[in-house]
Formats: sequence, C-alpha cells, structure tokens
Amino acid sequence: MFSPELDAIVPMLCVTLAALASMGAEAFRGERERLPIGGLGIVGLTGAAVSSVLLWNRSASGFGVIQADNFGLFVTLTLVAVGILTILFSAPVLERNGIPSGEYYSLVLFSIVGMMMMATASDLLVIFVALEILSLSVYVLTAIRRDNAAGTEAAFKYFLLGAFSSAFFLYGIAFTYGVSGSTKLSAVGAYLSAQALSSNPLILVAMALLLVGFAFKISAVPFHMWTPDAYEGAPAVVTGFMSTGVKAAAFAAFARVFLSAFEPFKADWAPVVAVIAALTMILGTVVGVAQTNLKRMLAYSSIAHGGYLLVGLVAANDVGKAAILFYLLAYSVTNLAAFGAIALLGARDRANDELRDYAGLWHTHPALAALVTVCLLSLGGLPPTAGFIGKWYIFSAAVSSGYYWLAIVGVLTSVVSVFFYLRVVVMMYMSERGSAEVPPRVAGIGMAALALSIIAIVYLGVLPTQVLNVAAASISTIF
Amino acid sequence: MLLTLSWTLPLAGAILLALVGNADGRKDAMIRWVALAASLVAFAVTLLIWVRFDPASAEFQFVERVPWIPAFGIDYYIGIDGISLLLVVLTGFLTPIALLSSWEGVEKKVKEFSIFILLLEAAMIGVFVSLDLFLFYVFWDAMLIPMYFLIGIWGYDQRIYAAVKFMLYTMAGSVLMLIAILGLAFMHQEATGSYSFDLLRLYTLEIAPETQRWFFLAFAVAFAIKVPLFPFHTWLPDAHVQAPTAGSIILAGVLLKMGTYGLVRFAFPLFPLAAHEFAPWIALLAVIGIVYGALVAMVQPDMKKLVAYSSVSHLGFVVLGICAMNIQGMQGAVYQMLAHGISTGGLFLIVGMLSDRRHTRLISEFGGLRHVMPRLTAAFLIITLASIGMPALNGFVGEFLTMLGAYLWDPRFVVVAGLGVILSAVYMLTMFQKVYLGEVSNPKNAALQDLQPREWASVLPLCAMAILMGVLPSIFLAPMEPAVRKVVERMESARPLVAEASPQAVPAAALPAVDAAPAAAAVAAAAVVQGQ
Repeated sequence: MFSPELDAIVPMLCVTLAALASMGAEAFRGERERLPIGGLGIVGLTGAAVSSVLLWNRSASGFGVIQADNFGLFVTLTLVAVGILTILFSAPVLERNGIPSGEYYSLVLFSIVGMMMMATASDLLVIFVALEILSLSVYVLTAIRRDNAAGTEAAFKYFLLGAFSSAFFLYGIAFTYGVSGSTKLSAVGAYLSAQALSSNPLILVAMALLLVGFAFKISAVPFHMWTPDAYEGAPAVVTGFMSTGVKAAAFAAFARVFLSAFEPFKADWAPVVAVIAALTMILGTVVGVAQTNLKRMLAYSSIAHGGYLLVGLVAANDVGKAAILFYLLAYSVTNLAAFGAIALLGARDRANDELRDYAGLWHTHPALAALVTVCLLSLGGLPPTAGFIGKWYIFSAAVSSGYYWLAIVGVLTSVVSVFFYLRVVVMMYMSERGSAEVPPRVAGIGMAALALSIIAIVYLGVLPTQVLNVAAASISTIF
Repeated sequence: MLLTLSWTLPLAGAILLALVGNADGRKDAMIRWVALAASLVAFAVTLLIWVRFDPASAEFQFVERVPWIPAFGIDYYIGIDGISLLLVVLTGFLTPIALLSSWEGVEKKVKEFSIFILLLEAAMIGVFVSLDLFLFYVFWDAMLIPMYFLIGIWGYDQRIYAAVKFMLYTMAGSVLMLIAILGLAFMHQEATGSYSFDLLRLYTLEIAPETQRWFFLAFAVAFAIKVPLFPFHTWLPDAHVQAPTAGSIILAGVLLKMGTYGLVRFAFPLFPLAAHEFAPWIALLAVIGIVYGALVAMVQPDMKKLVAYSSVSHLGFVVLGICAMNIQGMQGAVYQMLAHGISTGGLFLIVGMLSDRRHTRLISEFGGLRHVMPRLTAAFLIITLASIGMPALNGFVGEFLTMLGAYLWDPRFVVVAGLGVILSAVYMLTMFQKVYLGEVSNPKNAALQDLQPREWASVLPLCAMAILMGVLPSIFLAPMEPAVRKVVERMESARPLVAEASPQAVPAAALPAVDAAPAAAAVAAAAVVQGQ
C-alpha cells in the first residue's frame, strides 16, 4: 500500500486516526448536537481489520520494531472484535449515564492502539511504550464516571499498582539490555541461545523481573490484588473491555517475549510459570465462589481464565501457542458479552450488578437471560460453546507436553467455576422476581451486540475448524 | 443419514419451538402437540433404523463420517451396533411418554419445558451413536444442560440444590475422563503420527498397563457416578426426588444407562488389562450397591425416593453383569438396562400421576387405592412385578442372565446379589400393599380419578413392553448378541495374560516392559482380527 515500513503499522494508524477524529468531533460538537462518534471508532476498527487481512502472510516489518506477522495480526483482529463490541455496548451506557462520548471513545481507541502495538512489537522498549499507552488510557476509563467514588478509588489503586508493575518491567528490560546489549527480541534471542548452557544469574534476574511485569498485567497470582477492586469499580462495559483487551495484548507480548527471546531458558521459567498458572486457576475459582457481586465474581473468573491461558504458555508446543490464540478470541468475546449484559441491565442511579438483582430475570427479559446463560456456559467451558473448544485446546496442549497435573488442576477448577456461573443461572431462572428495578427494555443496539457475540460463541463452539486452522497457521510463521 | 436424523429431528423440533412466541401461554396446547409430534417422528426414525438393522452383524452400521476438526483427527463419526441400537430405540420410546406424563403436571413455561426435553433427547441419542470420543464427550456434557434446567425449574421444593448437585457431580467425574481422552489421542499421535479420537482406532492402540490403570480409573469414575455405583450414588436420590415426573422418567430410563453403556463401550474395551484387574473391585461395589440400595429403599416413606434407591440396587446387577465379562453377563447387563428403563420409567410415571392428584408422594398418605382407581392399580402391579423380576416379565430375563454370567465368573458375588432380589420383592410389595390394598384410609383419596385416556396412552405402551420383553426376549437379545460377543471376545483376549501375570504376586506396575509388550500386541492383533 504505502512504503513497506509503513504497511506494518497501517492497522494502528487507522485506529489512531479514528481516535483523533473522535476527539475533534467532541471538540467541535454543538451544545445539544448528538454525533455518532462511536461510528467513527467502528469505521477505524473496520479499517484496521481490513488492513490486517491484507497484511496476512506478508510478515511486514515496520521500522525494525513492529512485526506484523500472522501471530500479531490474529491478536489484532481479536482486538478489533473487542473494540467493536465495546463500542456497541457502550453506546446505550454513555447515553444513560451522561458520559461525554468523545472522550470515552477516543480513550478506548487509543488504548486499542496501545494493545495492537503491544501485540505486534518486536522490541522490548516498544512493548513498554505500548504498555504505557494502553495502561494510561485504561486508568482514565476506570474513573470515567468522575462523580463515582468507587470508580475513582478503583482507578487510583489500579494506577498505583500498574505503575509499580511498569517499574518492574522496565527494570527487566534494563537487565536484559545489560546482559545482551540489545532490546530487540531477535537479538536478545540470538544472544541467549548462544548462552543457553551458561547460567548467568543476571539473565535469570532479567527474566524474573519481566515475568513479574507481565504477571501484573495479566493479573496472575500473586500479582492479582488490583484486579477485583479495579474491575468492580469501573463501569461494567469498561471492565469488560479491560478484562479482555488488556489481557489479550499482554498475553500476546508475554508469549512473544518468552517463547521467542527467552525460549532457550525455558527450562528455567517453565516450572515457575506452571506453578503460577496452577495458583491462578485455583485462587480465581475458589475465591470466585464466595462473591455476591456479579462484577467481582467475573473479575475472579477472569483471573482464573488467565491461569488457563498460562497453561497454554507453559505447554509451549505448537498446540499450546495456537491454543492461546484461540482461547484469547473465545474468552474475549464471551467475557465482553457477559460484562456487556451487566452494563445493559444497569440503571442510571443503580448498577444492578449484585447477584440478587438477577433474580427472576427470565420472567421479565427472557431473551437477555438466555443470551447471558450461553455466555456463562461458555465461560464454564460447557459444549457446544467457544469456551469448551478453547479449554479443550489448552488442555490438549498441556497433555501433549506431559503436563498432566496442570490439566487436572485446570479441569477440576473449571468444575468449581461452573458452580458459581450456575449461581447466576439459578438466580435468573429458578428464583422469584426480586425487588431490583431493572429497566423494562434494554437498548436494541446492546441486544444486537449481545446476539452477535452469542452467534460467534456458538459458531466457535460448533464449527471451530476454520478459526483453529487460522490460529495454527498464525504461529507456524514465527517462534 | 437416518442416524443423523434420529438426533437432529428432536433438535430441529426444539429450535422450531424456540421460534414460537408464547409469552402469555396461550399457545401451550399447540406447543405440547408439536413437541409430542417431533418426539414421535424421532421414535419412528429409531424404529426404522431397527427394521433396517442387520442383526447378524457385529459391525457398526449406519456409519456416517464427516471431518469436523481435521487438524486433530476429530470427525463427526457415528454408527450403531446391537448394543447402542436398543438404547437409541429406548430413548425414542421414552421421550414421548415423558412428554405425555407432563401434559397436565407442567403448567408453567410449557414451551421452554418442551424445548429442554427435546434437546435432552437429541443429546442422549448423540451419546449413544458417537464413535468419536470427542463427539461423545460433547454430547455427554451438553446433555447436562437441559437436565439441569428441567430439574431446577420444574422440580419440587429442593430443586435448586438437586439441580446443582447433579450438574457438579456429573461434571466432576467427566472432566477427568476428558483428560484421559486427550491422553489417548496424544498417545495415538505418538504411535502413528496423527491425532485421532476414533474409537475403533483407539481400540487397537497399545497402552502400557500402568497407563491403562490411570486412564481406566478416569473413565470408570465418570461412568460410575452416572450409573450410579455405590458410593457415588448420593446425587441420585436428590435429583430423582426433586425432578419433575418427565425428568425422573428420562433420568432413570435413559440417563443412568449412559454410565453402564460407557463401561461396555469405552472403559472396558479400551483398557482390557486394567478392566480385568479392577473388575472384582467394581463388582464388589456393585454388589454392595445392590444390597445397600435395597435396604435403604425399604425404609423410605417417600415413593419416589424408594424407586430412586431401587435404581441403585437394580443397576448394581447391570454392573455386575458387565464385570463378569462373559456373554451371559454382558447380554444380561444390556437387557437389564432396557428392562430397568421400562419398569423404572413406569414406576416414576405412575408415582407422578398419584403425586399430580394428591400433591404428596408419602406412602402413609395413601392406602386402599385399589377400590378407587382399579385400572391404575393394575398397571402399577404389572410394573411392580416387572421391577421385582417376576418370570414372564422383563426384569426376570435381565437379572437371571446377569446372575448366570456372574455365577460363571465368581459365585460369591451371586450369593450376595441374590439377597438383593429377595429384598426388592420385600420393599416393592410392601409399598404396593400399603398404597393400594386394604381399605381407603384417607378420605382425601376417596374421590381420586382413575386413568384418563391421555394417561392410558403413556402407561399402556410401558406395560405392553414389560410383558413383551418378558415373553419374547429373543427379539431383543438377538440383535445385540453379535455386538456383545465381540466385546466379550476382545476382553477374553486379554484375560489369560492377566492370569499369567497374577501368580507372580507383584503389581503389574513392576512387570518388566518386555512382558507388557506382547500383551498389548495380542490385544491389538485380536482387535484387528475382529475388525475384519
């Protein structure tokens, strides 16, 4: 399209332009004028999707720091889906809560730019810059309701711990540079594979620090403490956005760094990550059981899902790498739809996100209840949904690498998780109508987004072949 | 195509009903008829399959195979042999009866109820026809969802507890089976270079005895929970008692058979060495279950709970017959599965009728119903005698064959199991006596209606089947025989090796690998021979 260097960043450019356009539109908006600013975002994201498809199989490299290979593009496409769904779910919420849409959408779009950059970056410093772009936007989004104390508190906690983790990450980069003399992943990888047999303690320190940095972002135990508070305090739709988008981007970078540059030292990091994965799955589900707030419950569930993704990382065979990609897509769509449903049921003055608010929802909103049930079954990993195929893929990766114990922890925790997902179903279907004042009609555009997600979930669950093949092809070009 | 039709027809019926708007319940009657029609058409298809089935062949018939997830060797691969054929027909037979039983009992949300019953039927048939382990697991797990809703929404007062317990128990068992399935596919990949979930190919896989042991346990626990084998049975009384009548009929009639079917089709033939090793222990649990279930049933004040515990006892016979691993035992086991489906389905149906009329299931609330509702009493008597194992009724054939098989294998088990037969007569006849004989003790029972035409339509086929299966068992035994013989031959081929190994008095784990290799090779060779 343009110069070869520029080609690789076209998807990001599209989204950046859309973000700038939303800011401009908000600035020049008349007092009472209503502009379809969300539409601008969708246009930009669609552009990103189209350019990603055009870049497929070309492995374009931009400025030596961006690698638009199929792996990165698959994640980019996942992020486009996350972005579009977020915008669709946000539209009715913004209107209801009087949130300025220009600011909101441009922050969402900027953070997606950061995520895309993170997924395609091939230089540790650029990964760091991308991480900051997305983190800062998400901090602000968490506190977008400025009059809401819980939101402000959540953003503050998130910011402090996020800054803390950034420092770890930066230290890790510094040590890596100190040892290998480069921040480029290819150069680091080449140096490390030459050193594979030596046991330079500095390499281990660098690896540990980077691991901590990533673990914070994907909220792996024991670096998950910020997650429940931040997820509960943020508006539901923002929670959905950050629990999927941020996780997808962070996992893409995590996989890229640890499965390419630090691959030679796999014997050192794999046992540690395996233990972290097990702890993350166990803590996420066990604590999730005790929650009565739906958002908080889903926060713990998303911690657990991070654990399943880590299993794919530990397995680190071809199946595992492709499994990470498929699981990220399946999880993103499902989780975003679940949070979107919570957002749709909220009222202006009441979040309606306690478990008991869902009592008897079936009687008043049969379609919505059915769609939420499919989401929850998918999160619990029951067939025929995307979540089942995702889990099956992850566990087959673990089994074929000989990690039987991780797979067993994984399946047992998913049974426990089914228990708390079912609590919501019990509330919706098997309890009498509660006192909560749920809006009698939910916005059509939100329902459309939800229906779209459900179609995707069932499609991925019943006919996963095509996407599985694409995921498998994505990882064959790299690593 | 016919086999695919048998499970997609109920599914299509469910989707069709989902599209009907029925928020105010005005179309309830139409929905009931559509659901019944869909299930009857599905039943007709299963009968057509039976007609076209070649009873002389032990091979899988009506095989359909379409690649599904080629990268992992997963196919949409279905087919039936004599064992699964009869279970598919049983499913097709019981679903319309379940729908009829809820004609008046279910008043709220008729549309959703019918949808869930039809979805359940689709998933159950899917379980029985799958020849690909992945496909099987998908149906196996998917089946939980409609059953969960049926118990949880239309059940009695403790329904939520029972529904969640049912779901979690079954899932906890099945997820470990998933790991074993993945392990098998992976071992196939190591041996041949490609993943495969194809059951027939996995039969030929050489698996080390130690691995067999773990994988067998993973499969066996999943199926033991479903059966349910003592001590994994605690979910059953809750689920049965709380489920609506239609749910109980399907649960007892078909769902429990999936556990025993799984043992016959998957756990035993896939891991024959481990099966021989564990069979005495499983048989021991089965025998304990036979006596325990009967003893607990004797003291139940609630009719539904009594029937539920009697299921634990009756299915113990099935498991005992499977463990015997000879023709008589296995055939008896499959026959007993069918017989139990008919008779226990009938018991739940009639108890449900009483419960619909009086809104109680306590034995002490009834008495002397013979004078008020003679027709219902007669039907109940037939089903009761069938359940006890009276000659010329269906229960007798199954129990006799399983005990014969078990006797040929190890007479000690039969001595204890025989106790169960006597006890079953005690608790069933005691209940019959208290509920139906004597004078009408409770004035509330004086004006109860006898069987209605709709109820006739559901009871009569069950009674007819109970008699038919008792008088002409060969209709049912003949088509299953080749398939059963094949399973038994496969198990037999592994038996001498175990006998050789045991005198060494060391656990098989300590067996030198040299010994294990010919064992596995022999198993594989035998399977190949059978495959031809």
